[in-house]
Amino acid sequence: MSVIVFAENNSNKFTKPTFEALSYAYAVAKSLSTDLVAVSLGQNVPDSELEKLNGYGAKKVISINNQGLENFDSMVYASILKDIIAQENGTVIIASSTYNGKSLSSRLSAKLKAGMVSNVSSLPTIEANNFIVNKAVYSGKGFATFNITTPIKILTLSINSYKVEQNQEPVNIQNQEFANNKGSGMVITGIQKSNGAISLTDADIVVSGGRGLKGPENWHLITDMAELLGAATACSKPVSDIGWRPHSEHVGQTGLTVAPNLYIAVGISGAIQHLAGINRSKVIVCINKDAEAPFFKAADYGIVGDAFEVMPKLIEAIRKVKAA
Amino acid sequence: MKILLCASKTPDTTSKIAFTDDKKQLNNTGITFILNPYDDHGLGKAVDLKEQTGASLTVIHVGDASSKAILDRCLAIGADDCIRIDMEPTNAMEVAQQIYEVIKDDQYDLIITGRESIDFNGGQVCDLLAEMLSIPSIPFVTALTLEGQTANISRFIEGGEEKLTVQIPLVISATKDLAEWKIPNMRGIMSARTKPTKVVAPAAIESTVNLIAFENPVAKSGVKLIEADHAEELVKILHETEKLF
Repeated sequence: MSVIVFAENNSNKFTKPTFEALSYAYAVAKSLSTDLVAVSLGQNVPDSELEKLNGYGAKKVISINNQGLENFDSMVYASILKDIIAQENGTVIIASSTYNGKSLSSRLSAKLKAGMVSNVSSLPTIEANNFIVNKAVYSGKGFATFNITTPIKILTLSINSYKVEQNQEPVNIQNQEFANNKGSGMVITGIQKSNGAISLTDADIVVSGGRGLKGPENWHLITDMAELLGAATACSKPVSDIGWRPHSEHVGQTGLTVAPNLYIAVGISGAIQHLAGINRSKVIVCINKDAEAPFFKAADYGIVGDAFEVMPKLIEAIRKVKAA
Repeated sequence: MKILLCASKTPDTTSKIAFTDDKKQLNNTGITFILNPYDDHGLGKAVDLKEQTGASLTVIHVGDASSKAILDRCLAIGADDCIRIDMEPTNAMEVAQQIYEVIKDDQYDLIITGRESIDFNGGQVCDLLAEMLSIPSIPFVTALTLEGQTANISRFIEGGEEKLTVQIPLVISATKDLAEWKIPNMRGIMSARTKPTKVVAPAAIESTVNLIAFENPVAKSGVKLIEADHAEELVKILHETEKLF
């Protein structure tokens, strides 16, 4: 028996979601009194990166590097993972809820007829024959507990929901050959990365603006604060619909879901659909001149006031803190 | 060419969510159910492709009789026929398996799901179904054009978008960028009445995940308000107390 974690890389480097998945998987392995095996598939992930996985608790790192693995092909990756799971007698399979993590896990779920719960945010309760997990449902408006009843269980872990923890194991990296498994036949013809700007889904802090800012020309209030805090910027749906901000910043039930450590909402009323996109944020701050704005019911801290007066004060105070 | 749109039913986005006393089900009182918004974007794309290529478009749904209005709207928007598998599902594997059992020999060229449903937020059906059919899956699609057997696709990747080509048959999941929602017109609504909805009994399938209970989210303890005149106090709290920056 072993716990297997898919250690996803981005251009041959591991990122925070992967370390979160490792930390979570280590805790699961410990509770099952078994070992954690990390699997890395990539084009050329170096040992200096792979060692980090032992640092987060992997007893063994299985690495396959090959040009054929440079781009994520769910059919290829799932095929390889299936063989490794059999080889290592994997009973719990864990991945991060990234685009690739979700896609790979779902394929494995069908391949192995293994029960899967996606977007978990806490450790499973394992007792007797039960494997019970909890996750947010209805876009965060509720929670549900599920029991996975198959011999192999698959989980994807919500981003920024489990703290990264070092648990040093001796370095143990096993390189395996690429078996050139059958793929989708997909050919990548172009890649466009949003440059410079901090990724919304990875950001620790998000500063978000709504209609209360009155127009796109006032967005410096948001971007100035975000720049000082090293934060990503977001917006409400109406603001993206009328073109003040790009669609990629729209956070809400039919936009992006974010769960940063700090979410600062400026001039956003807090409609249910917007809250659904941010309700897992650790600390929520609302700045709105309407004391009745629903957002205040969902926030941890708030200022009832005019954004045009309050934001410059906040920005100045942050600037002082940062300069100290 | 044959297109299949997988439709799921969800509470509309303004719904206040509450559960029955035994916490086993959603409390449906006052809830309006809709076609999952992402499936609706997928349907818009499916109808565009149908108009461009003359393809047939079938909508398949796992749900009970209360889904009728949603399926009628799909027909009014442009689907040729609907298939309803008569059960209320509780997990993604169930949905994918039921759909698979019905369509496995039907050789659809393009199968479209939504990127996730707004009730269970799983995002699994696209890849589950593709694996069962042994065909490629490309989730999180923002754009798609067809040239013969080749699909030119844009999709989300971490930090950006990727363009790729892949051959049909395939399963994709729709993001809101893929196509606008369509509004049924009078002609569509009239013609929907003549289009068939086939109801099939669900297949006996072994369960892999059981729903135990729902819970309400923990309410926030109440907002701490800071005076606008002393706004810098907030920065002090976030920096020194919450240690967020």
